Amino acid sequence: MNSIQKNRLLDNAFKYWGIFCTIIGLVLLVVFIGDILIDGLSRIDWSFITNLPSRKAEKSGIYTALMGSIWILLLTSLIAIPIGVAAGIYLEEYSKKNKFSGLLEINISNLAGVPSIIYGLLGLEVFVRIMNLGASVLAGSLTLSLLILPIIIVATREAIKAVPKSISDASYALGASKWQTIWNQILPASSGGILTGVILALSRAVGETAPLIVVGALAYVPFAPSTPMDEFSVLPIQIFNWISRPQHGFIENAAAAIIILLLITFIMNGIAVYFRNKWQNKWK
Amino acid sequence: MRKIKEFVIEQSLLTSALITIAVTFGIVAVLGFEAVIFFSEVSIIDFFTDTQWTPLFTDKHYGILPLLSGTLLTSFIAISVALPVGLSISIYLSEYAPTSFRKTIKPLLELLAAVPTVVYGFFALIVVTPFLQSIYPNLSGFNALSAGIVMGIMIIPFVSSISEDALHAVPHSLREASFGMGSTRLQTAFKVVVPAASSGIIVSIILAISRAIGETMIVAIAAGQQPRLTLDPTVPVETITAYIVQVSLGDVQHGSIEYRTIFAAGITLFAFTFLLNTISYRIRKKYQARYE
Repeated sequence: MNSIQKNRLLDNAFKYWGIFCTIIGLVLLVVFIGDILIDGLSRIDWSFITNLPSRKAEKSGIYTALMGSIWILLLTSLIAIPIGVAAGIYLEEYSKKNKFSGLLEINISNLAGVPSIIYGLLGLEVFVRIMNLGASVLAGSLTLSLLILPIIIVATREAIKAVPKSISDASYALGASKWQTIWNQILPASSGGILTGVILALSRAVGETAPLIVVGALAYVPFAPSTPMDEFSVLPIQIFNWISRPQHGFIENAAAAIIILLLITFIMNGIAVYFRNKWQNKWK
Repeated sequence: MRKIKEFVIEQSLLTSALITIAVTFGIVAVLGFEAVIFFSEVSIIDFFTDTQWTPLFTDKHYGILPLLSGTLLTSFIAISVALPVGLSISIYLSEYAPTSFRKTIKPLLELLAAVPTVVYGFFALIVVTPFLQSIYPNLSGFNALSAGIVMGIMIIPFVSSISEDALHAVPHSLREASFGMGSTRLQTAFKVVVPAASSGIIVSIILAISRAIGETMIVAIAAGQQPRLTLDPTVPVETITAYIVQVSLGDVQHGSIEYRTIFAAGITLFAFTFLLNTISYRIRKKYQARYE
């Protein structure tokens, strides 16, 4: 075999190796989801959704955890979206290129890399202790809001950056002020991109476990929260609690709750991808 | 009137941006404050040299090394999985795959990173560990190996996505020059494109390491809760993050030394990830404009 043939062979070998690597992760994911469906699907019925947690596996349900997750999702959106989008607008449209804006930028990039459990420690000390909110839904939402803020800010900046300059030029030429241009032209034009980022960030918040455990969310809450100051549990914590129990019935419960959690995550990601595709075609 | 309104709006947007600075300041202040009190009671030399971590036992030792070794061991296993696979994916997608395949597969791969980590923990404990036990019967029910492998699967998209962007940004003229010399795609990829995109690839690796070090739920569920100074992947270990979870689940009095240990462990973790993130940011800024 001469060197040309050898090189061609290697080239082809790498091609198949590349295909294998690309597929293997997804295949494992499919195998795993299949396994979870086998373990958990038969456990899902209406009473599983509406039952309170119980010491007996077959009587346990996810009602309180599901309600807790919905509360967390709503409150986190209310807190994180306005602040994140506002900060993104400031950085993209107002801040001048100087030391200060450089500092803001490196800071946000660093925050995006801080492990989620560290946000939990921050929330425990600042929201739970100093602000005296206790292990409440509000304290949990504030903590998760800080966690997803960098994602929303980066997505907002990217979306605004993609709006052609001709649009804002036209708005200024008609005598609009800076804020009028942003509010009436740039924000509507970039809303698809911002929405994509926001949904992805929220889907991350729904799946977070560690920071909420640190903040003090409970594995067992007898009632669903009715005010932001109530104690709470969320789906991932309920799953974690069930995984750590030895009886097989709880493993089935964990698998069933995972199906619900994955369903929520995948639907949110699907919506985000839909908006991204729709929005990407807009400026082409 | 209009000027006032514009001014007020600008200031409130600025305030939102400043919140991010406050968050960083808050993290450093909270971790620093509790850690200073901790180190007034525990000598910092013991903290870094004692080989036992037993704050929750009667015979208390405060050596971070066992937690650190657990963290580094699981992260090392994860990177050993994610790096070769992630890099191969990125090279295949950027140099070999048809555009349509690339466009469909990339969002699917990112789905791997979207799955909540508690789900991966379940996967590691219920599926991967029993499978590995059927190969090595001596493997303990909680171990660094299966937690590390599953964590590696989770961070594959971090490596592949950023690396692929970097490879894709390399100008076509470089590839054409290499093909013109008679190189195969493989030779072009490894001798021309990968070196040209090396800064982006290094960034992706550093971010993946930082992600692995900070990962919590997979290791808390599947690696165990026994701090021990070992590099043996088949026995239970405890990572820094898993220890913080363990203490948070228990009944630890606020203000006690046990309570402060989670902040001392936290600041160690923060220092590591901060260092890695800063390095990757510097590299990214330095080489960003290379091919634009």
